[in-house]
Amino acid sequence: MKMLESATGFFTSRLQDAIGWARKYSIFQYPFVTACCGMEYMATAASHYDMDRFGAGLVRFSPRQSDVLFVVGTISQKMAPILKKIYDQICEPKWVVAFGVCTCTGGFYDNYATVMGIDTIIPVDVYIPGCPPRPENVLDGLMKLQEKIQRQKQEV
Amino acid sequence: MDILNQLKSKFSEYVIETHSQCGDATLVIKKEGVIPLFSYLKTSPELDFNFLMDLTAVDYLGREGSRFEVVYHLYSLSKNHCLRVKVDVGEEDSSLDSVSSLWPAANWYEREVWDMFGIKFKGHPDLKRILMYEEFQGHPLRKDYPVNRRQPLVKPVPMN
Amino acid sequence: MQTQEKEKQTETRHMLLNVGPSHPAMHGVIRFIFELDGETIVSADTEIGYLHRGFEKMCEVGPYNQAIPYTDRLNYVSPLINNFAYCLAVEKLMGLKVTERCQYIRVIMSEISRVTDHLTCIGATAMELGAFTAFLYMMKAREFLYELVEQVTGARLTVSYGRVGGVKADLPEGFADQTRQVLKEVRKVLKEVDKLLSRNRIFVDRVKGVGVISKEDAIAYGITGPFLRSTGVNYDVRKAQPYLIYDRLKFEIPLGTNGDNLDRYYVRMEEMEQSMIMIEQALDQIPPGVVRIHEQGEPMVAAQMVDEAKMGRIAGIAQRNVLLDPTLQGSTKGFHEKVNVEDKKTVLPPKEATYGNIEGLMNHFKWVMFGHGIRPPKGEVYFPVEGANGELGFYIVSDGTERPYRVRVRPPCFPIMAAIGKVLEGGMMADVVPTFGSVNMIAGELDR
Ligand code: SF4
Repeated sequence: MKMLESATGFFTSRLQDAIGWARKYSIFQYPFVTACCGMEYMATAASHYDMDRFGAGLVRFSPRQSDVLFVVGTISQKMAPILKKIYDQICEPKWVVAFGVCTCTGGFYDNYATVMGIDTIIPVDVYIPGCPPRPENVLDGLMKLQEKIQRQKQEV
Repeated sequence: MDILNQLKSKFSEYVIETHSQCGDATLVIKKEGVIPLFSYLKTSPELDFNFLMDLTAVDYLGREGSRFEVVYHLYSLSKNHCLRVKVDVGEEDSSLDSVSSLWPAANWYEREVWDMFGIKFKGHPDLKRILMYEEFQGHPLRKDYPVNRRQPLVKPVPMN
Repeated sequence: MQTQEKEKQTETRHMLLNVGPSHPAMHGVIRFIFELDGETIVSADTEIGYLHRGFEKMCEVGPYNQAIPYTDRLNYVSPLINNFAYCLAVEKLMGLKVTERCQYIRVIMSEISRVTDHLTCIGATAMELGAFTAFLYMMKAREFLYELVEQVTGARLTVSYGRVGGVKADLPEGFADQTRQVLKEVRKVLKEVDKLLSRNRIFVDRVKGVGVISKEDAIAYGITGPFLRSTGVNYDVRKAQPYLIYDRLKFEIPLGTNGDNLDRYYVRMEEMEQSMIMIEQALDQIPPGVVRIHEQGEPMVAAQMVDEAKMGRIAGIAQRNVLLDPTLQGSTKGFHEKVNVEDKKTVLPPKEATYGNIEGLMNHFKWVMFGHGIRPPKGEVYFPVEGANGELGFYIVSDGTERPYRVRVRPPCFPIMAAIGKVLEGGMMADVVPTFGSVNMIAGELDR
C-alpha cells in the first residue's frame, strides 16, 4: 500500500515537472502594448534578440489564445478598464509580466492621468524594471517567468 | 511687422495689444473679434493664412483681467509667414466662437481645449472630451487642478 | 422579378464595428468605431486619449531642464528631435545661440532619428500587410542606428540628450567613420526592402490608390510632414523656416502626387535617403571637436579630485582632466568649451570646476538645487521643427521663474488623426490597416 502511494507520488511529481516543462517552453503571449516600451518590445521580438529561442515567439493577439499577458507601457486611467477586461478574458493558467517601470510602479508620470503600477488592478508575476528595459533585461525577465512556471503547482 | 500694424488699424475695435517678442508677431484681441478677424485672415489674398498650425490655451490664474487666453498659431503656405493670435477669455463667461467652420483642423483642437481647460466653443459641431474620459470631473490643465488628483475608473485593489 | 421581391424583403442594416484600443494592427492605442455597409466604411469615429499621461502638466511641475526626459517620451521613435525642439524653443526665449559644433551634432542626431522613425513606420506597415521579412530587415537596420545612438547618448530610446544651451555629451571618438559604415549597412537594407516591396504585387495592390487625401483637405486639417508632402504640397520646416544649420546642407524634399498610401511609402523611403545624405554632409562640415590633450597632466579620478579639493590642494588640480564614470562622460572641460554655450547660468559647469573649486561647486548647485536653475525672461515663444511626422512645435510661456508656466507641444500626429476618419470613409474595411500604418501614429505624441 505504502509503496503504491509513494509510486503515485513519484509519478505525479514527474508529471508536474513534465507539464511545467511543456508550459514554460510554449508561452503564448498577449502583448498589451501602449507606449514607448513597445519599441523595445519590438526589438526584443525581432531577429536580433529573438524571443523565439525561449519558446515565446508566437504572439497571439486574442486573449483567449494566450496565457502570458505582457503589459508594455504606461497604463492611463482611461485604459485601466480595458486592461482589466483583457486580463479577465485570458483563461487559466495565466501569468502577467509588467514590462517597464511605468507598469511596475507608475514611473515618473505621477499625475492625474496614470495608474501607479498595474498591480493595483491585476496581479503581476514578473516585474521588469527599466525605462525602457533593455532587451537583455527583458529576456532575463522571461527566464525568471519560465522558472516560476516550472516551479509552481500545475493545475490541469 | 506691417501685418500687425495693418491688422491693428483695420480691427482697432477688437485689438487689445500687439507685440513681437523673439520675432513672433502676436496679436491680442477681444473674443468678439474672433469670427471677423479670422475670416479676414483666412480669406484675404495678401495674408492667406491657410494653415491653423496650433490652437491651445493658457490659464493665467489670479491675473488681473481675464483668466484664460486662447492661443492660435497661423501659418501661410504661399506667403511663408506666421502669426500668433491670442484671445482673452474671462472665467465667468468662458466661451468663444468656434473657428472649426473656417479650418476643420480646429475641431479636435477645440475639443482638447474644452477638455483640458473647460473653455466652451460656440458653434462647435461636437464639443466633448477628447483625451480624458467622460466620467472625469474638472479640467486637468487648469492651474487649480492638483497634479495628482486621480479619478480612477477601476478602483485599486486594496493591499491584503 | 423574383430577385426584386427578395431584395425588398431582405432588410439591410449598417453594422457597427469596434476596433481597438488594443488591437494587433493598431500599433498604438486608438479606438475606431466603424459603421459598415457590408465591407464598406460608411462613417468612422476615432477616439484617442488612451495614452494621455499629462505631459503638459508634468512640465509645469519641475524646472526647465526636467522637462527634457518627458519630451523623449512624446515621440518615442525619434526622441532626439523632440529633445532638440524643446531646447531650441527655450533657447529662442532666452536669446541664446548654441555653438557651431553643437548645431551640427543636433542636425546629425535628428536625422538619424528621422531614419529610425521612417524605418519603423514602413517596417510595421509592411508587417501588417503580411510582409514580415521586410519588418525584420528594417528592425535590423534600426538596431544598427540604435547602437550608434547609444554610443552618443548612453541610451537606445529614451535618450534625454539635449540640454538647454548644448547637448549632454560630445560625439565619441571615431563616430564619423562608424556612422558612414552604419549608413552603408542601412542603405543595403533599404535596397533590399525596396526590392521586396516596391514592385511587389500584393503590397502595391493594397496600398495604391488607397487612403487618398486631397491637397485642400490636407491643408485645411493642418496636416504636415510626409502625409502632406505625399499630396504634392511642398512644405517642410527645414526649408521653409530653416533652423540650426539646415540652410547649409543640400537636400531635396521628396513630393508625391496622389496623396495615397503608395506615395507616402515612396516619400518616406526617399526621405530616408535624403536624411542620410544630410548626415554625410554634416559629418564632412562639422568643425573639429575636442582632441584629447595630454600635456595638461595625467587624468585624475573624480573621487580623488574631490578629496584633494577638500584638503585645499586645488593648485594642482585646476589644470588636470577629470576621469568620470561612464554616465557622466562628456561633461569635462574640453567638451564644454566646444559644444555648450558660454553662459554660466544656462549649462552645468564642467566637472573639473565642480570638483575642483568653490565657484564651480556653487555654480553647480545654483543650477540643480530646488528653486534654482535657468530662468528665461518673461514671455512666450513658439518654435517649430520638422519632426518625423510633421511640424513639431513647442509653445512655451515663461513667467520669469525657474519653472515653465506652460509648455504646449503641437503634436504632428494630432491633425492627421483628426482627418483619418474622413480618409477612411468610403473605403473598404481591409484598407484601414495600410492607411493607418502609413500615418505612423505615435500614441505618446498624439495623446501626450
Ligand atoms: S517605462 Fe519608460 S519607456 Fe516604458 S512606457 Fe513608461 S515611460 Fe515609456
